[in-house]
Amino acid sequence: MNQTITDDSSLTKKDFVTPNDVRWCPGCGDYAILNAVQRTLPELGIPKEQFVVVSGIGCSSRFPYYMNTYGFHTIHGRAPTVATGVKVANPDLSVWMITGDGDGLSIGANHLLHLLRRNLDINVLLFNNRIYGLTKGQYSPTSEVGKKTKSTPLGSVDHPINPLLFALGSEATFVARTTDTDMKHMVETFKTAQSHKGTSFIEVFQNCVIFNNKTFDSVTSRDAKQDQVLVLEEGMPLIFGANKDKGIRLNGLDPEIVTLGDGIGQDDLLVHKPRSPNSAYANILAQMTYPTFPTPVGVLRQLDGRETYEDALIQQISHAKIDKTENLQELLIGQNSWVVED
Amino acid sequence: MIQPTDSFEEIDSAVVRFAGDSGDGMQTVGERFTDSSAFAGNDIATLPDFPAEIRAPAGTLAGVSGFQLQFGNRKILTPGDAPDALVAMNPAALKANINDLPEGGMLVVNIDSFKSMNLKKAGYESNPLEEEDFRKKYHLVELDLTGLTKEALKESPLKPSEKVRCKNFFALGFMYYVYGRPLEPTLAFFGQKWGKKLPELALANSQVLQAGFNLGDTMETARNRYQISKAPVQAGVYRKISGNEALVYGLVAASKLSKRELLYSGYPITPASPILEGLSHLKKFGVKCVQAEDEIAAMGVALGASFAGNLTVTATSGPGMCLKSEFIGLASITELPLIICNVQRGGPSTGLPTKTEQSDLLQALYSRHGDCPLPILAAHSPSDCFDVAVEAARIAITYMTPVILLSDLYVANGAEPWRVPNVADLPAIENSFASPDEEYVIYRRNEETLARSQAIPGQVGLEHRIGGLEKGEDGGVSYDPENHEEMSHLRAQKIDGISKSFDPTSINGDSEGDLLVIGWGGTYGAISSAVKNLRDEGFSISSIHLRHLNPLPDDLCGIMSRFKKVIVPELNHGQLNLIIRAKYLVDVISYGKLQGKPFKVSELREKFIEHLS
Repeated sequence: MNQTITDDSSLTKKDFVTPNDVRWCPGCGDYAILNAVQRTLPELGIPKEQFVVVSGIGCSSRFPYYMNTYGFHTIHGRAPTVATGVKVANPDLSVWMITGDGDGLSIGANHLLHLLRRNLDINVLLFNNRIYGLTKGQYSPTSEVGKKTKSTPLGSVDHPINPLLFALGSEATFVARTTDTDMKHMVETFKTAQSHKGTSFIEVFQNCVIFNNKTFDSVTSRDAKQDQVLVLEEGMPLIFGANKDKGIRLNGLDPEIVTLGDGIGQDDLLVHKPRSPNSAYANILAQMTYPTFPTPVGVLRQLDGRETYEDALIQQISHAKIDKTENLQELLIGQNSWVVED
Repeated sequence: MIQPTDSFEEIDSAVVRFAGDSGDGMQTVGERFTDSSAFAGNDIATLPDFPAEIRAPAGTLAGVSGFQLQFGNRKILTPGDAPDALVAMNPAALKANINDLPEGGMLVVNIDSFKSMNLKKAGYESNPLEEEDFRKKYHLVELDLTGLTKEALKESPLKPSEKVRCKNFFALGFMYYVYGRPLEPTLAFFGQKWGKKLPELALANSQVLQAGFNLGDTMETARNRYQISKAPVQAGVYRKISGNEALVYGLVAASKLSKRELLYSGYPITPASPILEGLSHLKKFGVKCVQAEDEIAAMGVALGASFAGNLTVTATSGPGMCLKSEFIGLASITELPLIICNVQRGGPSTGLPTKTEQSDLLQALYSRHGDCPLPILAAHSPSDCFDVAVEAARIAITYMTPVILLSDLYVANGAEPWRVPNVADLPAIENSFASPDEEYVIYRRNEETLARSQAIPGQVGLEHRIGGLEKGEDGGVSYDPENHEEMSHLRAQKIDGISKSFDPTSINGDSEGDLLVIGWGGTYGAISSAVKNLRDEGFSISSIHLRHLNPLPDDLCGIMSRFKKVIVPELNHGQLNLIIRAKYLVDVISYGKLQGKPFKVSELREKFIEHLS
């Protein structure tokens, strides 16, 4: 990041809390995510006035009103465009974009794609609850096939979009997943995202207690955690299970679950390498879902070194300024002028 | 046989039209003729006219591209109703344009292209050049441009196909002879464009241009040459400028005057793309140019950058305006400065994408949901785009509001001489940034302008949230019914109050009389010319041309009341007419035209006389 890193550690969570009443439903997963972001920002060493939170429309997009930073609650699906404008206007700002599965992957998917491919240094938090909450319970682009909602009484016939595959397909340089039930993991993931230079895409599994309660129970429930979740740690073999005895091995291009022992050791397992230049591995992870596989959480991909859009743009301007001095009068007169005397 | 002559007939003005295939380089020769005439000190107005297809099938009517210009020794306000001379490079160009050429007009044709295949493609059953009546009707000059060009380039190392492509400059050279134009600006153009990379092409074009000019001198055809002396103009430095160029320069000037960095974001669309292209070449002025993924994104990027303190602009045409509408509403409720340019073209939908129209006025006024008034300005000529851009920025920043700037294809692509302003004389644009020393209340308003002040992300202690939900004065989300009404009133009142900053409306003619013509936008030249001519003939007619379409000037009602009749000519079905009727209850005569073409002076004259008798 370009931000001025200060040693000023006097900022605390309280500095990022607004006096406004938070108006999400009691029990909504958004509270935990807000809490995690408010805990993360004071630890980044960035002055408070450098943060800008931009959102679209939806329950999650009310987020900026609850953050005591600069904030812009925009229109449905278009937060990536406004965030882009803010970042290009002032690359020193730390820009956080909040969106949801409907906002970011339905009405605004096109903008999200272009933000990710341009690789602006912006942190994108996509709250995925697989439902339209603010419009009271219609199915979303991440809802599973057959999902019965107010607008799909006989079940949804849409094949859902996989947010991580979407991000990888857009060649995002940072792709991660975390859950609203794991405060520590959220804070760690957000910090890693901020340290990445380029667009950081984070899918947050978020529970909508009213319209889609327990949709991620296979990942977030207390019993599920051990056997159904694969926690990704850089450089470590892909091991999971209550007894740490299961792992993921590659068979040709296909992943498979193996049990350790009986001639299968850790050396046979895939080792987590999020910085691999080839995205094939991250794509394999992104497609692994419970019940066939444990659902991975953590940083799937972290590709360093690709220039950000704003740096490239500013560099062109700086370069142009070295070659030629600006002179507005000369510009207006141009190369083919003539003088009329009195 | 009549001897070649060097004697010139002195005339006041002339209209020349070049027409050919869209690959024939007609726009290029038109622009060169314009430069040469500007160099000669004439006043000029141009009308490029090209098809929507980049290269329609060669030789067909669909592919005909034209360029008309009028030049004269007096103020020239329009590209002329009808050409005095027409250059037709092929039968299709002849067919598409011959009806506009008056009897006795000069007709220069490339006879080499009048072969059966081309005649058939153009829909001619027989060669019109062989018809006795046709030959008598015009002052016909038949040139074998292909053969003459090849002959002039027999020493050139270019390939035969490359040589033939130079023939447009042969035609240009010949027309330079007829109208006594200087060759220097065009020769300099060849040097600038090809001198370094393709010197043999620069040389070939120079030779062909000279050969065309020389042919005029040696031709054994009865021939007149015309001379048009310099137009009397105010002293100063002049250049030729198109509307889109002037808009680009105006925006860069406004950035300097407001001390805000300029961010432009746009999506390619005819006829606004030259603004995107023009600004992307001005990086040395710190211009940040973003080609967005769509029209909506272009607006969003501009709005985000406005929040972060830049002077921001997006430009488009009608269809793009539709897509931006929701975002314009957000810009209005968050009260952020922004310029949205609509270079109008024929609609609805894709309509006539390369033809002019003024049919987006009601869209500019009312296309948003909710009560959402915005300032609207319209440019009336190519060079006026500079002034309008600067004023749009002044209004946007002073009143903290998005501003809609209407241009149109005729203004954007047309060109005229421009007296370059002295940058030092342009007044600064004052910002109303929040002070870190005072408590920041987002919607607390300046008593005079009703504008809020702006705090920029990065300013210490002024953190705040804005957004699409209605807010109270303190910036908190408010669903309070009285507050929404109050805020809606304040936003409307702020926009209405902008009229206090306008200069009095200038009247072309007397301030009272029989007929008042009210125009706006690109019809300025045609209306002013028609009104001036009628006044010279003794008619009681005056005109005003509105730059501000919202709010309308405060003195408009009074001016209208001093005339017996009011007529509003516009290139739509009567949109300004509707506004004036609604606002002032005046029984306006509406005169609309929807042909994708500008008004002719003659048709306006006829209409005005109808209402003067």
